[in-house]
Amino acid sequence: MGMAATESQQFHVLAVDDSLIDRKLIERLLRTSSYQVTTVDSGTKALEFLGLRENHDGTPNTPSVSPNNHQEVEVNMVITDYCMPGMTGYDLLKKIKESSSLRNIPVVIMSSENVPSRISRCLEEGAEEFFLKPVRLSDLNRLKPHIMKRSKLKDEDQKQQVIPEKIENLLEVQKQHQPQEEAQPQPPLEQQQQNNNNSNKRKSMEQSLSPEPTDRTRPRYSGIATVV
Amino acid sequence: MDVGQMQRQWLDYTRSLFIEGFLDNQFLQLQQLQDENNPEFVVEVVSLFFEDSERILKDLTFALDQQGVDFKKVDAHVHQLKGSSSSVGAQRVKNACIAFRNFCEEQNVEACLRCLQQVKQEYCLVKNKLETLFRLEQQIVAAGGSIPMMELSF
Repeated sequence: MGMAATESQQFHVLAVDDSLIDRKLIERLLRTSSYQVTTVDSGTKALEFLGLRENHDGTPNTPSVSPNNHQEVEVNMVITDYCMPGMTGYDLLKKIKESSSLRNIPVVIMSSENVPSRISRCLEEGAEEFFLKPVRLSDLNRLKPHIMKRSKLKDEDQKQQVIPEKIENLLEVQKQHQPQEEAQPQPPLEQQQQNNNNSNKRKSMEQSLSPEPTDRTRPRYSGIATVV
Repeated sequence: MDVGQMQRQWLDYTRSLFIEGFLDNQFLQLQQLQDENNPEFVVEVVSLFFEDSERILKDLTFALDQQGVDFKKVDAHVHQLKGSSSSVGAQRVKNACIAFRNFCEEQNVEACLRCLQQVKQEYCLVKNKLETLFRLEQQIVAAGGSIPMMELSF
């Protein structure tokens, strides 16, 4: 598609999903947002792509000895489905955050299910964002700050800086684990990082409080007017 | 029929699919991702959905036909179908899957069989509707027109 990115560099996103349809979708969404994309269908393949191979005993082998250094293909962000056979998105997230060479890569989790405990578990483990599927173009606007921030902080050990914000987010997530009797108007949440918009995390919290018995549904459309 | 009439027909038909709940906002999202560089995007994704669904429905029929039904497997299939229908905006299929999963949890074979019928029905309906829609699109393009941009306000 595009040759030069609209702004500075072109960022490369690794998308992981076992569903072919969702891979096609996320790839199109990311390309439309001017990212370079690689898609893989499993956590194992994702780790291979990132250059992290395991020894027979299962301990990760960082690629200092391997000629296939992950630095060949730089990945600026990983976006992964949660529910995958074998290695789940959560497992993948953990492996990335446990790796000294990969832990600074921002990871975003996608899931079709709005499970608050799942969401907070992922955030606690270091995920930057949690998107509910189906992912939309507007969701991807939330990615830029995370990619930009990491790219600035890449060479410095600035991991400490992001923790207070994460804790803030987690506290909001905890606060919202209310009983599901009524849908109350949400208390104003603190501004997040550089982003003024509603966090998708918050959106999923709000929707989990609404009185939908079985599953999250998008708002219903009562009237439709078309504009040609 | 001239191009203008065909475009109006396309608009009316699309609108009806939303009003009747066959499609939801996600389908609009797909349309927005289609452009001159990716002119077949919607058709491609929907075709994948058709292939995927037919395979899953076969697997579901087989799984529910067994002496000892493996509800975990059934649930996994339905979960997959729910995901893909949700991703393309096939709302009624998705909702039928949600109901289906509840009965999987209850391990109720009879109810699951009814749900499977329901899902198959909804799938057939939406498949026919979408194929009709794509045919209309082909006619418009063949006549030198372009597909209108759908903008819905809710």
